[in-house]
Amino acid sequence: MSVKDYIRERFFPHIWCPGCGHGIVLNSFLRAVEQLKINKNKIVITSGIGCSARISGYVDFHSLHTIHGRALAFATGLKLSKPKLKIIVPMGDGDALAIGGNHFIHAARRNIDVTAIIMNNRIYGMTGGQYSPLSGLNIKASTAPFLTIENDFNIVELAKAAGASFVARTTTYHVLEAVTLLKKAIKHKGFSVIEILSQCPTYFGRKNKKGDACSMLELYKKNTGKIGSKKLNNNPDLIKRGIFVNNNKPEYCEEYEKIIQKAATAAAIRQI
Amino acid sequence: MARLKLKEHLINQDWCKGCGICVHFCPKKVLKLNAMERVEVLNPENCICCKFCELRCPDLAIEVLTTQDGKHD
Repeated sequence: MSVKDYIRERFFPHIWCPGCGHGIVLNSFLRAVEQLKINKNKIVITSGIGCSARISGYVDFHSLHTIHGRALAFATGLKLSKPKLKIIVPMGDGDALAIGGNHFIHAARRNIDVTAIIMNNRIYGMTGGQYSPLSGLNIKASTAPFLTIENDFNIVELAKAAGASFVARTTTYHVLEAVTLLKKAIKHKGFSVIEILSQCPTYFGRKNKKGDACSMLELYKKNTGKIGSKKLNNNPDLIKRGIFVNNNKPEYCEEYEKIIQKAATAAAIRQI
Repeated sequence: MARLKLKEHLINQDWCKGCGICVHFCPKKVLKLNAMERVEVLNPENCICCKFCELRCPDLAIEVLTTQDGKHD
């Protein structure tokens, strides 16, 4: 099967701007699914609102385009009712951590078997370049013409602290790494978070003089280092890439199934 | 490992938005943007079939078709 078999070709070319990183994430994601050979009918893409959320319309899997920030809440409900399905939730940085911040930490705390792909472009692209909680200090945005004064979240540390059992980070420049990490995240049993740094040349790049998509990708190459690499050891201030957490913890649906069994046994005893 | 040999670059010009990522990151400068700002093959003979253009294309507009030539490295 080729990648084309996994998309709804009638909706292409997609709405994303030229050079948008979300397209590269879509590309890597399709390759990960293709290599894992998962049946199309076993995957559900649940997304919220934003540029990133449009992904659910382009892929030929079951898709659920829901309300802003609540994709993980819908995913939780869906997973509980159909635990055999693979649920994948692509989200933007604002969708995941501003509007849906609460859903994000609680999905991580419960360790429900859902894969959250956070496409972090550090801006709200669809609504015109407002700064997001991932923009960080000294960033120009349409709502911060004199630069931002807010600190940003560290998605990896937040997901770790909230209890996610798989946490990884990569960028749209490192495509082969993205495919490998996506495969691991999808296969992982439990809540997996994968942050993919994604360029927004139209708003973030243009407002912050980062150049076009190609120069933004060059920046990802320059400013990130793989965990354990010589480059990162020589310069620990670089953004770290790789797998940060990968452990096995009790998964929510499995624990819930045990409760159902317990309750059923108790009810059966009462009837005797 | 058998080396991959180029058959063809399949370019969907209707989907290409001319961002130039494939052109910029091609290690052998095989591709170029034409006057309409769409990607075109310039030197197919230089292609080493690394497929990074295909992997990095945000528009899924490029596919590198290859064959195994049977030679071993």
